[in-house]
Order: sequence, then C-alpha cells, then structure tokens
Amino acid sequence: MSNIPSELKYATSHEWVRNEGDGIVTVGITEHAQELLGDMVFVELPEVGETVSTGDDVAVAESVKAASDIYAPITGEVVEVNEDLEDSPELVNSDAFGDGWMFKVKLEDASELDGLLDAEGYANSIDED
Amino acid sequence: MSNKTVLHAKHLESGAKMVDFHGWEMPINYGSQIEEHHAVRQDAGMFDVSHMTIVDVEGDDAKAFLRKLVINDVDKLNVAGKALYTGMCNLEGGVIDDLIIYFFTETQYRLVVNSATRVKDLAWIAEQAQEFSVTITERPEFGMIAVQGPQAKAKVATLLNAEQTQAVDGMKPFFGAQAGSLFIATTGYTGEAGYEIVVPQDEAEDLWQQLVDAGVKPCGLGARDTLRLEAGMNLYGQDMDESVSPLAANMAWTISWDDEARDFNGKTVLAEQRAAGDQPKLVGLVLEEKGVLRGGLKVVTAEGEGVITSGTFSPTLGHSVAMARVPRAVKVGDTVEVEMRKKLVKVAVVKPSFVRNGKSVL
Repeated sequence: MSNIPSELKYATSHEWVRNEGDGIVTVGITEHAQELLGDMVFVELPEVGETVSTGDDVAVAESVKAASDIYAPITGEVVEVNEDLEDSPELVNSDAFGDGWMFKVKLEDASELDGLLDAEGYANSIDED
Repeated sequence: MSNKTVLHAKHLESGAKMVDFHGWEMPINYGSQIEEHHAVRQDAGMFDVSHMTIVDVEGDDAKAFLRKLVINDVDKLNVAGKALYTGMCNLEGGVIDDLIIYFFTETQYRLVVNSATRVKDLAWIAEQAQEFSVTITERPEFGMIAVQGPQAKAKVATLLNAEQTQAVDGMKPFFGAQAGSLFIATTGYTGEAGYEIVVPQDEAEDLWQQLVDAGVKPCGLGARDTLRLEAGMNLYGQDMDESVSPLAANMAWTISWDDEARDFNGKTVLAEQRAAGDQPKLVGLVLEEKGVLRGGLKVVTAEGEGVITSGTFSPTLGHSVAMARVPRAVKVGDTVEVEMRKKLVKVAVVKPSFVRNGKSVL
C-alpha cells in the first residue's frame, strides 16, 4: 500500500492538493499514480497565468510506459510551475508528495477544497480501482 | 492460470513488480526500469528468460528439415556451436516466429523460439516434420538467464569452474557451448556483449543468486523492451507477425537466396515480393523534442501512410525512438510526421538501429 499523507486532499483522478494558506494550493500526482505510470520521462506543465477549471486536462505526465493526462483538481489561476521537472521528471517518482509537485494555483473559491477527498476517501477510491 | 518460471521466488525476493506476459507471471521491473536499462548499457544486468521455448531437433534429416522450415539457411553453419538468427514463415510468406538455431552437428540442432508463440510454433514444426526423419523435443526442464552488459562476461567468469572457463574462452559472438551442466551462448537481445545461459531448473536459483552476489542487476521486461528497441531488434507480435513479410520487417538479410535449388516455406511468395519490390519497409524514427512515440501511431509521409510498430523513450539517448513500417519509397534522412495527441510532430527517418555497445549509432 502506498503512502497517502493525511494532511492533503485528493481527486479520484490521482492528483493531490496541499493548502498553503493565502488562497494558494500546490498540486501533484500521488505516489500510487506514479507507481502505476512507472519511470517518468517528460512532464508537460500548464503556463503560469493560465486559468484552469476543475476537470480540465492541464498537464501531461509521460512515463516510459504511457502518457497520462493530469486534471486540474480545483479552479483558479496557475501562479507557479515546478521548473525542476523539466530536467528531472524522475522527481515525480522519487518524491511524489514533495519535490515532485507540479503547479500552484490561486483558488477562485476556497470552499471548493471541501469537495475533495480526504486521505481515507482516496484510499477507498483506489481500492475500488 | 498463469505459468511461473523456476526463478519466480527470486524475483519476489528482489522486490519485482510482476505482470502477466502471454500467460507467464514475469517481472516488469524491480523498482526503476530506467536504472535497470542503464545497468545493462554501463555495467551488467540479467533477465529471466526461462519462459522462452527450447526445442531440440535431431535425426538423419535434421539439416534437410531445417533448410525447409526456416528462411535462413542452416547450410551456412559448419562450426559446432555456431548460431543463426532466422524467421520461420508460413506458405504465404508471413512470419510465424523469429528464432535462433544453434548447430552442433548435421543431425543435432537446438532452436530457441518465443514463449508467446510456443503453441503454434510447436504445432507448425511437428506438422512440417512429418515428411522428415527427425525427432522434435521440447526442453522445459531448463531455465534460462540472459546476462548482458559490458561487464557481463567478466562477472560471469568469476562463477565458472575450469572446465566452463575453457568452454567459453575466446568464444566469438553468436556461438553456444555446453559447459558442464550449463549451455552458455554469446547471444542476447540488448545490443551489448554478454551471455544467454541455459541452466537445469534445480540449479537456476543458485546461479541467479550467485550472479546477484557478483553484482549483476536483476532487470525486468520493461528494460528488456527499451534495450532491444534501442538495438533495433524486432519484437514478435509488434514489429512483425503472420500477416507481415520478412521483407517488410527488416528481415530481408535473414532470407538466404544463395542455393537456388533450396525449397523453403514461403519461398515462392517471397521471391515474387522481392522481384516486385512492393513491400513496405521497417525504418527507425527519431523524435528529438518532448514526447514519446508509441506503437500504433500513424506516420504521415509524402509517399503515403505508415504505422509505428514499436516506440519508446530511449534512456540512453534521452529522447524517443521508434520502429515504423512505411512505404518503401521513404528514405533514410527524410523527415516525416507522426500523429501524436492530435498534433502532427516531425520525426527523422533513420536505419532501425539506435544504440550499440553503450553508444549512440545515430
């Protein structure tokens, strides 16, 4: 069973969301997702300044095995992307919840966070996969 | 119900992620497929290939039978232990399988065929053998370990006894020799030096452990695929199958036309195709920008459409490479396009070989 930190929120499409305060959240993909995908070789990120809506495909994680869309788990404006992934996509494999983060979003509506899964809810959702 | 090789428990011990491979439960990786790939290019890695099928062909007609069965000509083989890569075609000139034939004497040969095609291969071989005085014997009592990489031979050497050392001493590429209980061959599927070792099942786990202890890294099917693709080696079922002519699969070089009197399965059709020059061909594609070429993607060229048969990210080169079947008029050096994620992306056409002995050949 892979690690699912309890302080994060999750989408069923395997993104995690960390509330950084000040209306900013950090988004990445879960350890479970990177395990399914295998060794990451390219990560295509959204543009800073881009407005994303919940459910939009905004990024692509391409592994040796397959290309997988990453969906925006919340609505808002992209304010920062993880440029380290350009040269070191393997950070997504080695530290999915830390250095492998993908982008930060300024929330349009902070209450949207309440609609995401907690760690237990996400764990149940992968059991059903 | 899936088959397990004799090394199954060793894979689990090494933390393998197991997957189904044509009915066999096999390791896809032991953590990182890319690290395993680099181990083979830079040092030494090993693969459990015990699922592959060993078939011994013996008898007075063994040579005549194999000259009919396969498109290459075993008449080329006259030094004991020499190996030959070849296709085995049906009467329509489609590839039933690709295989390696080892020559011992004109009445004793060993075939190593793919596991995914085992049932149909054995049926075809048995049917074709009816008119010949030969005995066909499958040898499931062996495991097989491929040890590959620039340090592979040196690491294996530390495990061999005097008799075995002598048997493999100075062995040229594409040879095999019985060395005590082991059959050791200088063959492989990675583009690196190394051995494929056929080992009695009750010795297989010990040999695997000794190789681990000698610093050989266990590698899964994931790395096996990226390594063979970089080396430009075909994978049966992806780069060719029964609907594909060897002339359309970069296997023309394996058809021996030297002896005009020799009749081999598929000869009539292949000779017509060769004269007409109408078969598509298998080329290499290189994508230097981001993205990964994948099997099944459409290739758009000025000469017509083609298709990617195998594609991957090349860990050695740091970008994607692929093999594609395209119209024969497409030339090495051309730029063609691949439809990827709804966009057309430019790729370069190269010979279907990308990396050999750790180095780019582009």
